[in-house]
Amino acid sequence: MFNKSTHDIAASFSRRGVLAATAGLMLGLASLTGAKAADGTIKVGVLHSLSGTMAISETTLKDTILFLIDEQNKKGGVLGKKLEAVVVDPASNWPLFAEKARELITKDKVSVVFGCWTSVSRKSVLPVFKELNSILFYPVQYEGEESERNVFYTGAAPNQQAIPAVDYLMKEEKVKRWVLAGTDYVYPRTTNKILEAYLKSKGVAQEDIMINYTPFGHSDWQTIVADIKKFGSAGKKTAVVSTINGDANVPFYKELGNQGIKAKDIPVVAFSVGEEELAGIDTKPLVGHLAAWNYFQSIKSPENEKFIKAWQAYTKNPKRVTNDPMEAHVIGFDMWVKAVEKVKSTDPDKVIDALPGIEAKNLTGGTSKMLPNHHITKPVFIGEIKANGQFDVVWKTPSLVPGDAWSKELDGSKDLIGDWVGKKCGNFNTKTNKCLGSGS
Amino acid sequence: MLSLFLIAFALPAFAGPFEDAVAKFANDDFSDTEEAIGVIAGSGSKLAFPIINALQDGRLMADPDSKKVYVTGTDGKSIDAATGEAVASVPDTASAVRLNNRLRRSVDAALGSLTLQSPDLGTRLQAAQSVFKSHEETALEAVDSALAKEANKSVKAALAEARAAILLFKSDATEVEKLEAVATLKARGDQDALALLTGMGDQPASVTKAAASAIGSIQNSLAVWSMVQNAWYGLSLGSVLLLAAIGLAITFGVMGVINMAHGEMVMIGAYTTFVVQEVIRTRYPGLFDYSLLIAVPLAFLVAGAIGVLIERSIIRFLYGRPLETLLATWGLSLVLQQAVRTMFGPTNREVGNPSWMSGAFELGQITITYNRLWILLFTLAVFAILLAMLRYTALGLEMRAVTQNRRMAASMGIATSRVDALTFGLGSGIAGIAGVALSQIDNVSPNLGQSYIIDSFMVVVFGGVGNLWGTLVGAFTLGIANKFLEPVAGAVLGKIAILVLIILFIQKRPRGLFALKGRAVEA
Repeated sequence: MFNKSTHDIAASFSRRGVLAATAGLMLGLASLTGAKAADGTIKVGVLHSLSGTMAISETTLKDTILFLIDEQNKKGGVLGKKLEAVVVDPASNWPLFAEKARELITKDKVSVVFGCWTSVSRKSVLPVFKELNSILFYPVQYEGEESERNVFYTGAAPNQQAIPAVDYLMKEEKVKRWVLAGTDYVYPRTTNKILEAYLKSKGVAQEDIMINYTPFGHSDWQTIVADIKKFGSAGKKTAVVSTINGDANVPFYKELGNQGIKAKDIPVVAFSVGEEELAGIDTKPLVGHLAAWNYFQSIKSPENEKFIKAWQAYTKNPKRVTNDPMEAHVIGFDMWVKAVEKVKSTDPDKVIDALPGIEAKNLTGGTSKMLPNHHITKPVFIGEIKANGQFDVVWKTPSLVPGDAWSKELDGSKDLIGDWVGKKCGNFNTKTNKCLGSGS
Repeated sequence: MLSLFLIAFALPAFAGPFEDAVAKFANDDFSDTEEAIGVIAGSGSKLAFPIINALQDGRLMADPDSKKVYVTGTDGKSIDAATGEAVASVPDTASAVRLNNRLRRSVDAALGSLTLQSPDLGTRLQAAQSVFKSHEETALEAVDSALAKEANKSVKAALAEARAAILLFKSDATEVEKLEAVATLKARGDQDALALLTGMGDQPASVTKAAASAIGSIQNSLAVWSMVQNAWYGLSLGSVLLLAAIGLAITFGVMGVINMAHGEMVMIGAYTTFVVQEVIRTRYPGLFDYSLLIAVPLAFLVAGAIGVLIERSIIRFLYGRPLETLLATWGLSLVLQQAVRTMFGPTNREVGNPSWMSGAFELGQITITYNRLWILLFTLAVFAILLAMLRYTALGLEMRAVTQNRRMAASMGIATSRVDALTFGLGSGIAGIAGVALSQIDNVSPNLGQSYIIDSFMVVVFGGVGNLWGTLVGAFTLGIANKFLEPVAGAVLGKIAILVLIILFIQKRPRGLFALKGRAVEA
């Protein structure tokens, strides 16, 4: 069918001169090679920015998928076929994400896509994945309030990162006063809304919560750090919950260190600072500040040690660090392979139906499971920054925490669940027993 | 197995509470460690200080198998923590006892009361300050005896404050003692004193009243200081804006080239600093504190050379065509970014602060960080040198001549194209120098330049194109305005408000603060 339409295009173009004919020919050739490759291999799309602002975080994830494909091919591939990566560069440009996603699905005919980092890029590709009925694995912690049939969320939902971190500070550090500091976009705003509701439900007064937003790439933190210091001197133990994004973190932590705010006075717990981000900072003044993740490179488990070794060998860099979204891709990739092998097909409908219930080992010694709401179960760890830029795990949840697609803390979403197995609905209201529209 | 059994059996029989406490370090349990710190600090044993000091530095090693604990000295020699006897070596199975923030506070408090009478002045002062922070009742005795012996004035004051902090929270202290404590804290008058006074809980009525008035007076004085602080932050932000914009004031302001690749010159300067530090780290670690001094001329040369290259290969063909220049330099900025990304990788690179640029000092009730102070001084120095260069050197004269009236300058025998290249190189080189300073406060990533380009144009246009003094005044005005708006409106709204104000200002005075006058303007 594809060949026929290409032929039509080429025929209609041929009237318009040599140039158009050449274009048609090239298109034909592309489809020819595409069709030929599809016989022998299964194509896997990689949709991560390799240039622009987000390249700093996303390049590593592209490498991770290439590494996982390489490992899988060494084991003989999937369904007897080799996997072939198709890498595109959406260049940190949100509309381009949608174009590139369309290109991957229609032109390259990939069976699955691993990609996106920011929520806005995910929102931008959503309609494409729905329209063309393909599968996206999204590996980054995000604000929740979403469950889509075509998307599998392998990063943490707020109840798998933010809430346990706040619990830890309340219990272990006896924190009574809270600064919620974030970059001004959807993830911090929603997470802080959830946290604010949660803190109030635990009896924290409004005047003990300070919420602060800064623009992307904010670099002058003097005033805000001084404000935090002032807010922290009200005689109650204070902590900062930081949803500050990527680039703005380095100047933020530098200012904290320089103004002498030690972790033992006012600890900062961050949700977007991992091993990769710390690689750009001198971490000695930051010892004791915290991060909440579902994976740390320093966690001792046979799976993790094996993974780090293989990863560093693959990248030929003995110092190359690993981080949480990488682990999410490892789990997601493994789940996809298992689902495909279970239904013996890469047909999106079959794979989507097979995925819930699939289990995959995570790198921290547990087994994560894909839930009917397309989120997974994960352990939650609180790590303290060490002088060498790694984390020392000081606390973890006793068992794996299932991800909530819809936050139980927010009025608008506490009755909603995502269930793509029984209810076939992403936003099912358990009070009214109705699906609110995101059905299949 | 037998020996383990014997140890388990033997320990309770012979060991005292001190030895028991030491063995608790080997449990790798935060509550056990906390208990052990308390017992050891209060034991009066000679080993208490070395053990807790080692714990703080991560030199206290515990063997989970044998439950033995060792103190590794800074000289590499080790002792058994329970007995104080020297041991030949620490077993491989032993690892450093872990701490979390709660324990770090206990360690500080314990060390504080243990080192109140240390012979070293700095240690004593620090000890008094840690006791002030933790204000545990148990430290009162140690503070009193230290206070009796102390001769140094500042340590004595710190001890008195520590004593006041303890008494304020001590339930059985007399009303007179508490009133005195409130007075001492009021005299201290900083945020820490405020924190203690607001968080002191239930007190006799007279104390509560005195505290309320103390809180009021401290808050008033802090409010004044916060104005001073905002002004300082404004100057500091202004200096960063100025530093980023000076280069552009030459390429855009003096030459009239809309140079969108200006930010990338700043980035190249920052990466030069990174390379210099890498070389120093691997080859000459002793020179690290001088790394920035070495990087400044190198960054100037590298960025300047690239600037000359850009002028010769692209910009000289585009003079008088602002739109094409804008597009060409914009494209160039993307090319440079991606080139750096390919060479150095997309992630941040670590550029360290030399010791003289780390930390802060207190001036009254405000904290001044060294890196910001040095950047302010450095910016002013760069500005002064540039101004002197334009005014007093032959090259400066030629530059001014060419930009004011190209044809007449050419008739006078000035090689205008050579001067163009050098001027552009100078502007780029200064942007490179800015990169060295900005690497100290910002990310060193390929995106570094992008975050400064808009601000730089804003400063130059606001200050008045073609006028270096305008750039100076513009940068500091914007910096200070921003910092006074930020506490009121928040960082996001503050920035928007500044942009709106500039738009309104440019409507009123299209040529900026300091417009150039005379015939040169129309040329």
